[in-house]
Amino acid sequence: MIQETTTIAPAPVPKTNSPVIEIKELYKSFGKNEVLKGVTFSVNKGENLVVLGKSGSGKSITIKCLVGLVVADEGEINVFGTDITKIDTAELNKIRVRIGFLFQNAALYDSMSVRENLGFTLKRHAKDLSAEELENQIKDVLESVGLAEAIDKMPSELSGGMRKRIGLARTLILKPEIILYDEPTTGLDTITSREISELLLEIQKKHKTSSIIITHDMACAKHTADRLVILKDGVIHTEGTYEELEKSDDEWVRSFFI
Amino acid sequence: MNSIITARKESVITYLKETFNDVGNITLFAARFFKEVIKPPYEIKEFMKQCYVIGYKSLPLVTITGFIMGLVLTLQSRPTLAKFGAESWLPSMVALSLIREIAPVITALICAGKVSSGIGAELGSMKVTEQIDAMEVSAINPYKYLVVTRILATTLMIPLLVIYADGIGIIGGYVGINIHSDVSLYRYISQVLESITFLDIFPATMKTFFFGFFIGMIGCYKGFNAANGTESVGKAANSAVVTASLTIFIIDMLAVQLTDLFF
Repeated sequence: MIQETTTIAPAPVPKTNSPVIEIKELYKSFGKNEVLKGVTFSVNKGENLVVLGKSGSGKSITIKCLVGLVVADEGEINVFGTDITKIDTAELNKIRVRIGFLFQNAALYDSMSVRENLGFTLKRHAKDLSAEELENQIKDVLESVGLAEAIDKMPSELSGGMRKRIGLARTLILKPEIILYDEPTTGLDTITSREISELLLEIQKKHKTSSIIITHDMACAKHTADRLVILKDGVIHTEGTYEELEKSDDEWVRSFFI
Repeated sequence: MNSIITARKESVITYLKETFNDVGNITLFAARFFKEVIKPPYEIKEFMKQCYVIGYKSLPLVTITGFIMGLVLTLQSRPTLAKFGAESWLPSMVALSLIREIAPVITALICAGKVSSGIGAELGSMKVTEQIDAMEVSAINPYKYLVVTRILATTLMIPLLVIYADGIGIIGGYVGINIHSDVSLYRYISQVLESITFLDIFPATMKTFFFGFFIGMIGCYKGFNAANGTESVGKAANSAVVTASLTIFIIDMLAVQLTDLFF
């Protein structure tokens, strides 16, 4: 007998129409391979935007351009009202501390324990914190992702789901206003994927964050998205809510929802 | 026939382009070191950790090779010196050969194999698993934390390891001499110290700072610029050893020429 799991729907997060991220006509090529050919979209404050698209359609490149990991060839990327394509590294770093980035494989520092992974970032940005305050903040953020017991573990001792949660904790420790998730549920089983999706919603509710979620997992998209955009051939093909796109007239768009 | 010649020509041109490109990129990478090293914040803890890993953890290897260098050099040189009745010159010859050339080059080559490949593999692995990107998006300068600390540590630790290898090699020489004859340690050391001058030690030690700098720099460059995929980690480590070893020989050749010119 299959047991039905009941999930508590999170309270709605107030969303405003003021965009925290605005991408206009973004272009990026790698040699002769044109990946982005004029991507334009925006993310409103408090909104979870899910980006869908086939593999290699430029989803990850788009969010890497947002934090300056990849330099765009052309276009405008406004984050908190500042065009990050026109500022120097020092200015960019001030914006980076307000943005969290969860990498596909969590990108935990292999040579550091969970405590050191979290403390490494925090120590460098909150220099006036005492050792006790630092420890308390690490414990608090680990508790918020449900992994307080993993504090002394090394990344090699963690499962895929635990790595994602610790990666998320490392992102949250700087209290970001925007979080970029690069395939947060890839490689995880259905139950863990569901738990991560719920965690994403909890974070949005608790920390009032705005997010871009890149995913192929439609269950995660359905669960977390306020709005979806679909990338095709280097441009935004369509956008709308999950329900709108599910009933789209475009067969290619509907194919994502089958 | 013509198409084969054109294809060869093109492959040679591509190879030359890549080589010059690599040299240019290494130069820029090294130039960034001098810019970043003076700017705070200073990663003292990571620097000390790297000194421990690069210096202390290499001691067993350097001890064994240093001892064997001294022992074998003595055993191999003894018959030739004996032919000229110059066996008494053996301690001086061993000490001078070790200090001026053999210990610096062999120790640097061993460190190129152990340290440079280790740094290349470590940073390469961090690059492909996006750990370096994770530092960058957290507004932490990965070059300063990973590269500057490692280059500084190799620049300081390799000369110390070479000095240590000199001492161990001289002890190896003493053991080698006593296999065939009976020389007291006091007499052996006195003869070694009498034959060594400041001009033997100074240029030989100076070049080891350059060995250390390039061992660290090449390892970091190869790792930091590893392409995506696990295969590139192995390539970065392998390429770091080959390039660092070749660079050691080139620096050694230049150092010998400069020593002849100035001392």
